[in-house]
Amino acid sequence: MIPELGHFALIVALLLALTQAVLPLIGAQRGNLTLMSVARPAAQGQFVFAALAFGCLAYSFMVNDFTVENVARNSFSQLPEVYRLTATWGSHEGSLLLWVLILGFWTTAVSVFSRHLPDDMVARVLGVMGIISVGFLAFLLTTSNPFDRLLPAPIDGRDMNPLLQDWGMIIHPPMLYMGYVGFAVAFAFAIAALLSGRLDAAWARWSRPWTTVAWAFLTLGIALGSWWAYRELGWGGWWFWDPTENASFMPWIAGTALIHSLAVTEKRGAFKAWTVLLALTAFSLSLLGTFLVRSGVLSSVHAFATDPARGAFILGFLVLVIGGSLVLYAWRAPKMLSGGGFTWFSREALLLGNNVVLLAALGAVLLGTLYPLLIDALGMGKISVGPPYFNAVFVPLMAPALFLMGVGPLARWKEASLPDMVSRLKWALVISVATGILLPLTLDGFKPWAVFGFAMSMWILLTVLIGFRERLKNGARWSSLTRSFWGMQLAHLGMAVGVAGITVVANYQEERDVRMNIGDHTELAGYTFTFQGTTEHEGPNYRAARGTVEVGKNGKKLYELHPEKRIYNASGMPMTEASIQPALFDDIYVALGEPLDEAATIWAVRVFHKPFINWLWLGALLMVIGGFLAAADRRYRIAVKAPAPTGAAAQGA
Amino acid sequence: MKSRHKKLLVILLGLSGLGIATALILNAFQSNLVFFYSPSEVAEGKAPLDRAFRIGGLVEDGSVQRDADGLTVRFVVTDTAKSMPVVYKGILPDLFKEGKGVVAEGKMGADGLFNSSQVLAKHDENYMPPEAAHALEQAAKAQQTLAQ
Repeated sequence: MIPELGHFALIVALLLALTQAVLPLIGAQRGNLTLMSVARPAAQGQFVFAALAFGCLAYSFMVNDFTVENVARNSFSQLPEVYRLTATWGSHEGSLLLWVLILGFWTTAVSVFSRHLPDDMVARVLGVMGIISVGFLAFLLTTSNPFDRLLPAPIDGRDMNPLLQDWGMIIHPPMLYMGYVGFAVAFAFAIAALLSGRLDAAWARWSRPWTTVAWAFLTLGIALGSWWAYRELGWGGWWFWDPTENASFMPWIAGTALIHSLAVTEKRGAFKAWTVLLALTAFSLSLLGTFLVRSGVLSSVHAFATDPARGAFILGFLVLVIGGSLVLYAWRAPKMLSGGGFTWFSREALLLGNNVVLLAALGAVLLGTLYPLLIDALGMGKISVGPPYFNAVFVPLMAPALFLMGVGPLARWKEASLPDMVSRLKWALVISVATGILLPLTLDGFKPWAVFGFAMSMWILLTVLIGFRERLKNGARWSSLTRSFWGMQLAHLGMAVGVAGITVVANYQEERDVRMNIGDHTELAGYTFTFQGTTEHEGPNYRAARGTVEVGKNGKKLYELHPEKRIYNASGMPMTEASIQPALFDDIYVALGEPLDEAATIWAVRVFHKPFINWLWLGALLMVIGGFLAAADRRYRIAVKAPAPTGAAAQGA
Repeated sequence: MKSRHKKLLVILLGLSGLGIATALILNAFQSNLVFFYSPSEVAEGKAPLDRAFRIGGLVEDGSVQRDADGLTVRFVVTDTAKSMPVVYKGILPDLFKEGKGVVAEGKMGADGLFNSSQVLAKHDENYMPPEAAHALEQAAKAQQTLAQ
């Protein structure tokens, strides 16, 4: 009964989405207020029904209703409750339902927080989001119904993929989708502006906080995914340039370019056409990512049972959305007048430079991700593009991007003076270069990329500090700094922290695979690892050989680590569960390979020393906080209506 | 310089920067493409000798052997028509098993032994790496044509 209710709720949601897509857009075109006013209730109703459907599916998972095919394939009676809940979005169907739910959430959020926007703008934005929603709901109902029954029901389920049974996976998909789908808001604002022909600074101000929040969520989602891969895949890696990772990274790069370009459009009225194009690109890449990951063209933990109908549907939808929006763009963009001239050396020009570099990086990632698929699709053989390509291209491209990141925020709008900048930044430059050269000397071995990484990290740190100092000149107080300024500074600081982390871990990590008998020990990075054998261990839905590895330093015992080799009951799938001792400056990471003798006393053991790895996620976290802070800036709330007297506002805060 | 000239200069600089970036990207792309060959294709001498490539197929039953150091593993990859010996040092992925699909990346040694630097992990037991499936398919086709 409950699954049927869920199915029914999905159908109602589709009907409401259709209403939301069609009537308000017609109303906005004709200036009909009645039709326009349908947008808000339809959007909110759609969200309620999508949530109901999602609740029904979650309920089916929680009560182990194996008559539902989706539950039978992706859950198991012994699965702990929290994973039964997350199994709701662990499957293809469930994850698309989550997509729809989150789209409904964003749409409702827009409908609630848009009181100060003109009616036709709201109608168009919600209408466009309705179109996207129709696409996804139709996809769910026609090719991927999460409520399909399976009769006769199996006695038990086939269990969730063991790799996904990790608490990093509980929040990774929702956060990532909040980002992906959040770009739909920026997309809808861009399309609405193209439709209405009103593309001005006010438009940029409306869509900017939404874009920033979506970007922050996407950052968080990607960071969580990377953290999960590090902990769960047992290889100690945090980024593999795997196509599924690239699928989320490409919208992130486009989104990063977009939030910077939006800043120029809002403050200076320049780059209008460019900003719109970026907004269309960011969401198109989100859709492309969904297509790549969900259609089964890529093989990974994300790829579920391949069904050509699904791939064809998403591809068709992709072509429709991207093609349609580009045609609209080509038609309308030439009419946009660009405002605010600027000279070749100004904040605008520097931000443009940043955008060009980011897009070059995006192009490189896109090429490396899609080319093998294209060659395969054309039947021209099978090739793969691995991390060496991406590293060789991406790292050098980041050099100008990171350098500009330091200069941009300190340059004046419209026209900056080069000699002035040189005199303000010369010491920062000297210290950065000196740090880059000297720091690796104190570490183990001189690596050219470490020089570059340290110099860039220090450069960003120093320019952030200079930014604070210059703002606080002339007796200005800390409380006078706006949230958007704080947001930018924190996000940039996060980049400095992240770059430092990547630099250290990529250049100075150590790893060793060793054959260990009970009592054997090995040394790595000054730590001693002593293997004390394995014991049988019974988990809720798996059995494991649980190893004990004693870690010591300078002859003193520090702690014990317990890596496991698990066999999951339902699937019989083996899995390596690494054991990690995290710390601010270094992680110790131990994973069990396989037993090398019959009695399982001798094991292949893999030990890692991962210095500064947590700085990576710390940096990402700072970027996320920065994004949320920037979006919470006062000026977005007091917007348009009346330009409040800034002095009074500052005192009030 | 007039501002118009400056603007032109900046545009030219930007374009040449972009050109350099494109050249770098394409160059890196060219030199880092990893091609895939089935054991049959390797036997025909199609695979390069000086460059890393990927092979795929099934791990032949009973072929997995360990050296005394416990970490060096030798196994045979087959597409049912031809097979080739592979050596790999390190810890194998969880789902590496005799009779199951596998993809390995590495270089051909002078002794005809494939020196694998990476054995690819797959995330699901029932899942066959597409490259491995492709190799088996081709071998099956080739055998059919032979039979005819």
